[in-house]
Amino acid sequence: MLAAFLGLDIIRRVSRLLHTPLMALTNAISSIAVVGAIIIAGEAHDTLSTWLGAAAVFASTTNLVSGYLITDRMLRMFKRREIKKS
Amino acid sequence: MSQATGLLYLVSAALFILALRWMSQPDTAKRAVVSAVGGMALAVGGTLLHPEIVTYKWIGIAAALGFIVGFPLSRVPLTAVPERTGLSQAFGGLAAGLVGTAKYYLWLDQGELTSFRMAVVAGEVILGCLTCTGGLMAAGKLAEVITTRPVTYKGQNIVSFTLLGAAAVLGAWLVWDPTQSWAFPVIIALALIFGVLLILPIGGADMPTVISFLNSYAGLSAVAMGFVLENYLLITAGALDGASGFVLSVIMCKAMNRSVTNVLFGAFGAVQTATQTTEQRTVKSATAVDAAELLTNADSVVIIPGYGMAVAQAQHRVRDLYDQLSKRGVDVKFAVHPVAGRMPGHMNVLLAEADIPYDRLVEMDDVNPEMPQVDVALVIGANDVVNPSARTDAKSPIYGMPIIDADKAHTVLAIKRSMNPGFAGIDNDLYYANNTLMLFGDAKAVIGDVVKQLSGDGATH
Repeated sequence: MLAAFLGLDIIRRVSRLLHTPLMALTNAISSIAVVGAIIIAGEAHDTLSTWLGAAAVFASTTNLVSGYLITDRMLRMFKRREIKKS
Repeated sequence: MSQATGLLYLVSAALFILALRWMSQPDTAKRAVVSAVGGMALAVGGTLLHPEIVTYKWIGIAAALGFIVGFPLSRVPLTAVPERTGLSQAFGGLAAGLVGTAKYYLWLDQGELTSFRMAVVAGEVILGCLTCTGGLMAAGKLAEVITTRPVTYKGQNIVSFTLLGAAAVLGAWLVWDPTQSWAFPVIIALALIFGVLLILPIGGADMPTVISFLNSYAGLSAVAMGFVLENYLLITAGALDGASGFVLSVIMCKAMNRSVTNVLFGAFGAVQTATQTTEQRTVKSATAVDAAELLTNADSVVIIPGYGMAVAQAQHRVRDLYDQLSKRGVDVKFAVHPVAGRMPGHMNVLLAEADIPYDRLVEMDDVNPEMPQVDVALVIGANDVVNPSARTDAKSPIYGMPIIDADKAHTVLAIKRSMNPGFAGIDNDLYYANNTLMLFGDAKAVIGDVVKQLSGDGATH
């Protein structure tokens, strides 16, 4: 709950300029689901749960990798100009 | 949970919060990514230390595959970012749904399925599955694989909510009597179908809002997963996501002067047939030569980009145009409507890609009072966000939506592929106005021609 309130407060201050990178970043953060997936896959209780867990690890790693890389790529575009200007 | 894991999780949660904080300004945003990556690394590291984990084999294989698929997904052209976001939400929902399912069968097997556990698992699976199909549908609509028009039928909301209600009732029943395990796959199926039905009636113009909403759902399913696994890092990070998605959707709704419920259940554009007029109206069209002359003689130009610019990949030509005009002392500004494009901030990223200084970007509320003094408003592939019907025609489906007052400029130049109505399917009076000149064609080609005129002009004089 505390996190939700903090989140609300922080996001409201994000400039419109950065909404797309912000979404990409929160997408990447939502790949925190990888934590849960790793636990399930790693416990290796039975075949079904291992498979489901591994599939979940796959889905969230995809998110993790693409989310961070694309955020970084977009931000670099905003960045480059600042260097040029100064 | 071991002490080391607990500590790593705590630091990781703090890093995520810092990341979102730093995201608020362009100059600190870079740090935000580093911090978020660090947070994630600690979270994964902490999890791998978990004593319950006995084998790394499957984790390694799955993670490697995730890398292989994820990497190309981060290389998509920036115009396709909205689709990618939808897909990524689908993956997030899928992960939550799968973990929930796995955990349910584990607990069922071991006879450890308490009422509380059943309730949170049901919540996680419902949220995860609807986010998964919802995200896929949104990606499909954004990629225009699925029709962008709202698909509606009578009693739609009743059908959709009966489905969701049925899933919830079945979930409650399972809490009551966990032995009825046949109900679990049914819940999954209902939630999956509900995700499809949820997005189906939503029209293209509402995509920015929907995408933010799905972001929020993906966050919430992570929260639910956190409750299922009793993992507070998942709850914290998920809540941050959920909140951020929610705030963005509220911002988007405000920008369109519509309520959240209206977007989700209103089936935007359904009223449209009633407002369509049959009278033939004439438009004035212009050539690149006319446009170049108009632009050079202007003192101030406001460029209003929309999704058309993204489709035509015209942002680099726009940059050339900006260079040419600034060189001649013309004051060029870019007015970006909050919902221009297909996701929040879409246009800003594209213009940034083309190296247009972001201090030239002005927001709608700041530019509107200046519009009557502007010589030329150049509309590039934007439509609904400059449609004056939003101010004047109470019957129009977009009535009341704040727009950029392009029509108040002395002259309006509008680049458009054809006279077809825009993504939302609403006719635009702006194109028939007396002070509007239309430039028909692909935005990239048209602006290219104009730039050629301008640079040719410069050489001969």
